[in-house]
Amino acid sequence: MSALNTVKVEFQSHSANEAFARSCAACFAAQLDPTLEELGDLKTAVSEAVTNAVVHAYPAEIGRVLMKLRLLEGNVLEVTVKDWGCGIPDVEKAMEPLYTTGGEERSGMGFSIMACFMDKLHVRSVPGRGTSVVMRKKFSTRGKP
Amino acid sequence: MKITGSCREGVLTLRFHGELDHHVSREAMEALSERIDAFLPGSCVLDLRDLSFMDSSGIALILRAEKKMRELDGSLRISGVGEQPLRVLRAAGTDKRIPIESE
Ligand SMILES: Nc1ncnc2c1ncn2[C@@H]1O[C@H](COP(=O)(O)OP(=O)(O)OP(=O)(O)O)[C@@H](O)[C@H]1O
Ligand SMILES: [Mg+2]
Repeated sequence: MSALNTVKVEFQSHSANEAFARSCAACFAAQLDPTLEELGDLKTAVSEAVTNAVVHAYPAEIGRVLMKLRLLEGNVLEVTVKDWGCGIPDVEKAMEPLYTTGGEERSGMGFSIMACFMDKLHVRSVPGRGTSVVMRKKFSTRGKP
Repeated sequence: MKITGSCREGVLTLRFHGELDHHVSREAMEALSERIDAFLPGSCVLDLRDLSFMDSSGIALILRAEKKMRELDGSLRISGVGEQPLRVLRAAGTDKRIPIESE
């Protein structure tokens, strides 16, 4: 599907950039005239994906994180969060609710929340090479044509 | 992120201000633990009316606070939750473990 508008932002995996990334996605989504609930859902899903890159992909170093935002036909927003970190050995297992390798500071609900708040969630990962999370959400048109 | 609190008649009320994500969660957990340890309350209320954003880092923090209160034979509840944090609490099923009063 060809995109109507795209933005790419690359940042370092500093935890301060979690807030930056979700605000940035929300700003891009403003052109869809979103409801507060839609904006909240988008910010939450982006925060989860970016936090995973910060916490899990680069546990002992600062690495690169790339966020791609694409506006697609039919009021659909696609967000890709990509890292070049440690990767996930078993993606299916990682996506199970409550599964975490993060100890008691994590709840193991990140992927479940992304799946719940977005319409589509796709995760590709190669151990040692990195992870890419692609999410799509269709925004309401609120009676506009 | 800021936590303010007051303790009255064994009830410790902790009010969260701002956004609760991974970036601030360790500091928030320390502030929360410190207050619980200082007052040893019979019950603790997390007042989330001024919390504008929370993700799964907040879920982990709330579950740890609940565990800490249980270890003190006390209880934890949540009050004043706004829309976005409430949706996250529901998506994570936290509302089934901890009593939540929304705004
Ligand atoms: N980008 C990533 N790179 C490497 N491993 C990852 C990545 N994202 C997720 N994982 C792995 O998948 C597991 C599950 O992720 P998920 O976001 O669901 O939960 P969590 O991050 O552990 O906890 P929470 O998101 O609730 O704080 C993580 O514990 C980690 O092992
Ligand atoms: Mg996570």
